[in-house]
Amino acid sequence: MEASIIAITILWSFLYIYSMLGSLDFGAGFWGMIYGRKNNTGASLIANRFLSPTWEVTNVFLVLFVVALYSFFPFAAAMLGILFILPIGLGLVLLTIRTTFMVFSHSVKRYGRLLQVISGITGVLIPALLVSILPVTLGGFVTMNNGEPELLYGKLLTSFTTYAHILFGLCTQLFLSSLFLADYASVSNDQKAAQLYRKHAIMAGPVTIIVAVLTLFTLNHEASWFLANAEKQIYGFSMSLLLFLFGYAALFLKNSNGKRGLFRYAVIFVVLQYGFAIYAYGASHLPYMVYPHLSINEAFTNPSMFYALLLASFIGLTILVPAFVLFWKLFLKDKRYLQQ
Amino acid sequence: MYARALFGSSLVFHIIYATLGVGLPLIIILGEVMNLITKDRHYAIMARRITKGFAILIAVSIASGTIVGVLLSLLWPGFMEMVGQVIALPFLIEIFAFLIEAVFMSIYLYAADRLSSPMRLLSIVLVAIGAVGSAILITDAHAWMNTPDGFRIVNGEVVDVDPLDAFFNPSFFTTAIHVTVSAYMTAAFVMASVAAFKLLKRNKTNEERAYHMKGLTMALVLGAVMSMATAVNGHETAQMLHEYMPRKLAAAEGLFETRTHAPLAIGGFTDEESESVLFAIEIPWALSFLAGNRFDTEVMGLNEFPKDEWPPLFVHTLFNVMVGIGTLLLLYSLFLIAWKFVLKKSFKPWMLAGLTAGGPLAIIAIEAGWLFSCIGRQPWTITNVMKTTEAATRSNYVGLLFFLFIGLYIALLFITSFVLYTYFKRNPVIKDLKEG
Repeated sequence: MEASIIAITILWSFLYIYSMLGSLDFGAGFWGMIYGRKNNTGASLIANRFLSPTWEVTNVFLVLFVVALYSFFPFAAAMLGILFILPIGLGLVLLTIRTTFMVFSHSVKRYGRLLQVISGITGVLIPALLVSILPVTLGGFVTMNNGEPELLYGKLLTSFTTYAHILFGLCTQLFLSSLFLADYASVSNDQKAAQLYRKHAIMAGPVTIIVAVLTLFTLNHEASWFLANAEKQIYGFSMSLLLFLFGYAALFLKNSNGKRGLFRYAVIFVVLQYGFAIYAYGASHLPYMVYPHLSINEAFTNPSMFYALLLASFIGLTILVPAFVLFWKLFLKDKRYLQQ
Repeated sequence: MYARALFGSSLVFHIIYATLGVGLPLIIILGEVMNLITKDRHYAIMARRITKGFAILIAVSIASGTIVGVLLSLLWPGFMEMVGQVIALPFLIEIFAFLIEAVFMSIYLYAADRLSSPMRLLSIVLVAIGAVGSAILITDAHAWMNTPDGFRIVNGEVVDVDPLDAFFNPSFFTTAIHVTVSAYMTAAFVMASVAAFKLLKRNKTNEERAYHMKGLTMALVLGAVMSMATAVNGHETAQMLHEYMPRKLAAAEGLFETRTHAPLAIGGFTDEESESVLFAIEIPWALSFLAGNRFDTEVMGLNEFPKDEWPPLFVHTLFNVMVGIGTLLLLYSLFLIAWKFVLKKSFKPWMLAGLTAGGPLAIIAIEAGWLFSCIGRQPWTITNVMKTTEAATRSNYVGLLFFLFIGLYIALLFITSFVLYTYFKRNPVIKDLKEG
């Protein structure tokens, strides 16, 4: 495999991890807001119990993605920096408000409700901003002005495809988070909350798939290259759909408590579903980072830095594995934490 | 222009929280260790309460660190292109250190009651290692900007990249130690300030006074040790500047003519017209000695460099503020320790009042030091390789973002203070002392 392909695969894997964790994080914030005040199930409690220890780690994966992007692909800096300064800048402001307020709400209980609402609203706005970057990279929203790229904000804001992408992002987030929280509630032995989240997952699942397919039809004619590439990845996308059906079916099977929903299986299938879809999407996107102005080979770093980074990533992740295992045991498995 | 203002103010804001985020874990460790040794539960309470404050500060630190990291790539695309090719390694490793910190921070915060004492100590030690590790690694990028190494430029292209040479650039070790010990020093004096402030209040019970006195003593000893280390390291830093960044040293000292037996100018203002430092106290020969351990060391003056490559001359004041406060805090903490342990006398109110200023002063010194190091490198962003103007983005939206972020920072400064105030007001130490 070419070095630049290895690099983009690593980068893409970080994006995959962040999109999963981010969906859970922002989604949990959203559900925490919805069920914050009046609800006799522990739905909000479950969401917050998950959020408290994990948001920080999730946040680091976002930074990891950004740093890895500029480390492996330094020549992308000029174009990406100019194109996305506004959406990313606004996203940063919102992210800061969200993370700080979330922590503050633990210390100042009196303003808990206000802080919860802020965390919920930003949990919808941030992913919307982040997802709006995707259609830009597919082509049709960038002009070159004396060699300087310029993002056509007017066109982006009035294009149907932008909103289709955003809608897809939000559906994904609600689907993944409700599915995961159903599992989390079930492990925590809160069957009521589990069934509540199961209901949302059953709704959100098919809607997400439909929105995903519809989004393909909204793409600009400049993005036809992407559709042509995507047809070659048909196995990846089909596999993804198949895994979705497995995961969705698992929601209707009876678990050991006699209630419907084999949540753990459903979560695993759906995470794999997104894995196949995201890698197939990534493969279809190659060789461009921003069509047609920037390809991965143009942006790629020098070989000696590449190997140093590769080694550093490998060692770093190896050291972190036991830490993540411990983390998993303490917050996602330990009955003493889950059932307090 | 806005790019510099935005990035500069983001750093000024981030540094307050980041420094405490690096320093406080050490104090929590000390509290935990003292608790294990003395079995005095005051120390356990202390560790728990500092952890509460730390959790609030670290949230802002992580958020502003994310901002700084991402803004770096948005505002300085020219610079990032170079960074990515040559000095990407510490950035990437920094994230792994950051992950260790984040994971064990959550474990220490939310699982402390389910861990054995050694495991709990290990988690906070790992938090401290992660914190100091990421600080050192990110400072490595800063050190490399000061003393770039590990590549050559041929026809405007970067060639012959050696990532390890870049990583271990000439100023790496001195700068890394400088950042570490000064962060510990700052956290110690901030804690001493709080304890001194509490001790000055009259309405405290004897037990509360004993509790605060223990905190004060611990912080004072740590502060003295760390200021001493900072001073020793400051001397090494001066020699490093002399060897690799003579232009910065000349600007710091307002020295125009190259000479041996150069004097050290303290205070005053550098005057370009008369090529001297006005109203300064001069210590003859001292600068030469600092730079090379010998009075006949030749120190380069600003006139050796083209005038359009001079940094702004007010860096002399920033340098003085940093060194002045550092020295003052070192002497004052040594004096207080001698007063208490050698003369065996108790502190007078005015001594405590003086100490309350220690924390804010230490933070001012840290800010002055960073500003000095970054402004003193101007007009270069990477010394002798890339000018700041070449590195900046040409986006039109930076002005808008500038005002947005400034608003955010001001709001957060107020809100953090409010949250800390409210939390500790509602959970006074007396409550912990009665319960625990």
